[in-house]
Amino acid sequence: MAKEARTDIQKTEKAGVPAVPEQTRPGTVYSPFVDIFENDDAITVVAEMPGVKPEDFDIDVRDRVLTLTGRATLPDRSKEWDVLREYDSGTFFRQFTLSETIDQSKIDARLADGVLRLELPKVEKARPRKITVRSQ
Amino acid sequence: MLVGRVWPSRPTLDSSFTDFDQIRREMLRLLDTFAGDSVATRGAGVFPPVNITQDADHFYVRAEVPGIKPDQLVLSAVRNQVSLAGEREIAREQERVSYHRRERAAGSFNRTVTLPSEIDTQRIDASYADGILTLKLPKAEETKPRQITVRT
Repeated sequence: MAKEARTDIQKTEKAGVPAVPEQTRPGTVYSPFVDIFENDDAITVVAEMPGVKPEDFDIDVRDRVLTLTGRATLPDRSKEWDVLREYDSGTFFRQFTLSETIDQSKIDARLADGVLRLELPKVEKARPRKITVRSQ
Repeated sequence: MLVGRVWPSRPTLDSSFTDFDQIRREMLRLLDTFAGDSVATRGAGVFPPVNITQDADHFYVRAEVPGIKPDQLVLSAVRNQVSLAGEREIAREQERVSYHRRERAAGSFNRTVTLPSEIDTQRIDASYADGILTLKLPKAEETKPRQITVRT
């Protein structure tokens, strides 16, 4: 085929993480795949968290540490039995230390098709001050 | 579209293999947890990961497809096979951004799963919510077990 070469998605398995704060909920904790990029105004975090409803997110910035938590809603499978099982669901959890001071009041989070997009605007930096030397 | 795994096992419908694969994943995760490694060793799997369950009348196929809009998915079914195909595009961000992490993959995928018995392809129900695709596939009438009453 003379078609242009298509890149196929190289899927990696969900990675489990040891919960940093001791975990009280049952179930496995997974690390979501993320893209993080930054421009002059903001840091953007894009995280894949399939199966998490908007109300089940917990996003927190404290002491420059960004914590993402999302509890996936499990389908009711009480009357079904497994044929093939390739993934498990549970809680997504990941923490990042942020390099710039973030304006916590302006954090914006949007969810679309299981992908969370978080805009973290940088705080307006203190203006450079000019110091004049007074002569006596 | 099957990508080799670290362990040379491939998901199959054979239940012993499926169990084995699950044990393998559990073991890997446990080992990583003990080692204190926050990012577990990543073995390449297949995309999208699929779970299949069944009850008396239906098969249920669930797939994790985050970031793919429902209209970008192409689903087809024939006899006892279901195909999921599509393409995930990750939009280019504006200029002058610097990336710190880039873990999400973009590209196309095409997966066909074979079910243990034939399905009624006319009455398939597909739904999508929060990045998870759910297919409800009724089993074909002729493949369902028939209850036999014993005459006395």
